[in-house]
Amino acid sequence: MNDIITIKNLKIEGRPPGGEYVSIVKDLSLNVRKGEVLALIGESGSGKSTISLAAMGFARPGCRIAGGEVWLNGRNIMALSPRERHALRGDEVSYVAQSAAASFNPALRIGKQVIEAPLWHGVGDAAALTATTVELYRKLDLPNPETVGQKFPHQVSGGQLQRLMAAMAMSCGPDLLILDEPTTALDVTTQIEVLKAFKDIIRDQGTAAIYVTHDLAVVAQVADRILVLKNGEMVEEGSTDQILHNPQHEYTRTLMAAVRPAPHLVDHVRASAAQATVVSVRNVTAGYGALTILSDVSVDVRAASVVGVIGESGCGKSTLARVVAGLTPLRAGKIMLDGQVAAPNLNDRPRAALKDCQIVFQMADTALNPRQRINDILGRPLEFYQGLKGSARADRVGDLLELVDLPRNFASRYPGELSGGQKQRINLARALAADPKVILCDEVTSALDTVVAAGVIELLKSLKDKLGVAYMFISHDLSTVASFADEVVVLYAGRVVEQGPSKAVFSPPFHPYTKLLLSSVPEMRQGWLEGVADTSEAKAASAGSVVIGAKGCPFSNRCALAIVGTCEKTAPPIRELPGRLQIACHLPAAQLPLT
Amino acid sequence: MSETSDTVVPRASVFAGLRLTWTAMIAGSILLFWLVLALFGPWIAPHGEAEIISGQTFAPLGEGGLLGTDKLGRDVLSRLIYGVRTTLLLALVTTVVSFAFGVTLGFAAAILKGWFDIVVSRIVEAFMAFPSTLLALVIIGAFGTSITVLVLTVGLVLSTSVFRVSRALGYDIGVMDFVEAARARGEGTWWILTREILPNCMAPLIAEFGLRFTFSILFLSGLSFLGLGIQEPAADWGLMVQENVGGLFLGSSAALIPAACIASLTVSMNLLVDWFQQRQQGETVLEKIDQ
Repeated sequence: MNDIITIKNLKIEGRPPGGEYVSIVKDLSLNVRKGEVLALIGESGSGKSTISLAAMGFARPGCRIAGGEVWLNGRNIMALSPRERHALRGDEVSYVAQSAAASFNPALRIGKQVIEAPLWHGVGDAAALTATTVELYRKLDLPNPETVGQKFPHQVSGGQLQRLMAAMAMSCGPDLLILDEPTTALDVTTQIEVLKAFKDIIRDQGTAAIYVTHDLAVVAQVADRILVLKNGEMVEEGSTDQILHNPQHEYTRTLMAAVRPAPHLVDHVRASAAQATVVSVRNVTAGYGALTILSDVSVDVRAASVVGVIGESGCGKSTLARVVAGLTPLRAGKIMLDGQVAAPNLNDRPRAALKDCQIVFQMADTALNPRQRINDILGRPLEFYQGLKGSARADRVGDLLELVDLPRNFASRYPGELSGGQKQRINLARALAADPKVILCDEVTSALDTVVAAGVIELLKSLKDKLGVAYMFISHDLSTVASFADEVVVLYAGRVVEQGPSKAVFSPPFHPYTKLLLSSVPEMRQGWLEGVADTSEAKAASAGSVVIGAKGCPFSNRCALAIVGTCEKTAPPIRELPGRLQIACHLPAAQLPLT
Repeated sequence: MSETSDTVVPRASVFAGLRLTWTAMIAGSILLFWLVLALFGPWIAPHGEAEIISGQTFAPLGEGGLLGTDKLGRDVLSRLIYGVRTTLLLALVTTVVSFAFGVTLGFAAAILKGWFDIVVSRIVEAFMAFPSTLLALVIIGAFGTSITVLVLTVGLVLSTSVFRVSRALGYDIGVMDFVEAARARGEGTWWILTREILPNCMAPLIAEFGLRFTFSILFLSGLSFLGLGIQEPAADWGLMVQENVGGLFLGSSAALIPAACIASLTVSMNLLVDWFQQRQQGETVLEKIDQ
């Protein structure tokens, strides 16, 4: 038997504060052999993280392992004392958490934290261990492996920090590595380098690994076997090839169906005939304090249409929505709402202008006041904008709930009693209560499971057709934007690098950055990662990081096609291409990337 | 995520819903006991507040009154029962005054920001820089020892920390998305403060109220002990300690009993606040140990 870990009939229970225990994981068994990667997939709440922690003999506060056996290297670790289990962690089994930024101590240098576990386990002295970690950094493709250990966590990028966390986990040479959604919080472009580094080091060290994720395309790249979970029970288990191409269980098929096709493969919405412009952003520059985020951005949103705004995190997508809503005053340029110039600060805007432009936030949890009933949350804008009171108000709240496919009796509930998807629907209903002309959707589906997110997108589409409302749809999910938006704006470092009808943006010629984004979206094809990580674009992109306020083209430090001496010095011209496509690039139209 | 069910599970009793721990129960009972005494004191007390019942001063327990007599031969038990009224009522009024000042200014600073915040915060810090007792001594020394001056002074001194807590809470809640949503809708400052921010600050503010209440009992007792608080012949626990401290050398417990009462009141209040805070944050320490 060469199993590194065998879990038999695992039962885990959890309870709310002061409440009774309820079953979270029911009778689950799994095993991982040496050098094998097992993926646990499922929606949030399916118990995948809980199981991965149980593989270390650990249960989160409020949870307990109620039954079953966990055999690690031929020992039942549930039978060990807590102290003995503690000695195993780091040495034989180690863990990589979702958010590296939250897992590193910001006050200590990285190198010190990486060698902490081997030092505790007495593997060697600090000097020798530091030397071996440098080797590890090199294997993980970290820039400046000799000096990166001297830095503090805030001095390196998110992708690098995630790889450093992997170095921390690998520092004792564990037999089992547990990775809990290690790339979920990263941008697609960063995800590639991190996935590649993980895959190489797992293969290199012959470590067994449990990889927890909800992203099937990522699973296709790293896993040998897949275990599908639902509500703490195993639904299906099989080789990656079999699960991806020949799923047996109904639930697995549902999961597969919710995966969106690659952006260039979807049916694009055809841009509708010229409609009146409801929002017009003209040469806007904005920022916070001394920092300028957006510079010279121009975007138009037409009535009953969808403008998708895409780009990596930190590129100013949310700032754009806040500037349009007046939450962040602009510094230069102007915003036109329905043909009227809108004041930069929302306090100076008339109520009618506020009503026409509503914003929906990313985090449904924090966007609803936990102390107000749905009735008050939806009723207030009705009262505020339309003066509805009493039974007229209550009727309209019921109508709004029906509009977003929720039962009328939800009006008496508090937000805490709703699921994530339901909360996001309430958020949307609150925006609709104002009867707006345009809704600014800031990453409204990012925090939701794929299946739930697909439902919200369908709802947005039907509302657009029913009510004629327009959306500015901000997202980093290219596939969603490609299938949903009429027009697409690609933002990079606060500047528009490409914009035009959806079909034109997602088909050649591309701006080099758009091409990088498109090629970084994981495909559900085994071997895709190896192909894409070796391209010159991916290598050039991982060499630099986003620079806000660059003098020339902001992308020049990460562009494989940059013209040295021109791109980094002067701002690129905007090239007008056929089909209303605009690309801001120094490359002549004929030399823009085509594939 | 699972759908929440429509049926509400009926609770076994109100007490089960409160999830009282045994410390909270004991503390609650003690506070309730003092509260009942404060309400019905004059009918319960065997003698008058300032009535001299015995020629013997500092009589031991059981002689003269149940708990002995004080330096003038007054009944310690009766004065204790009358004293709980003064002590509790004064503490309550001063805490309310400190909250009226502190919460208003704190949230105003958090919402208005800018110059208002800077000016008010610096003034509050200047007040905090003085030792609180010294500050109270100076003010009471200047304005005399009336009840009004006493309440306002102690209220002002306590309001500095209430201000800091409110301001921090206001800043924290003020950047949440639901407040942004209200701002984007065009709501006024008053609506945002009273409907969006304050309801979400209630739990920490209630806990803070309990702590300030305790502190104000100690502070007022301290002032009484220094002779700057309640004046004789009125009964107050802090004053009783001061009056009878000389009796300690004669083996009298007349100073120790009110001191123990002050301790029971403050410790109980602290235990109750601890329980409330931990319950709001999830689990109480005792519930965790139980598992």
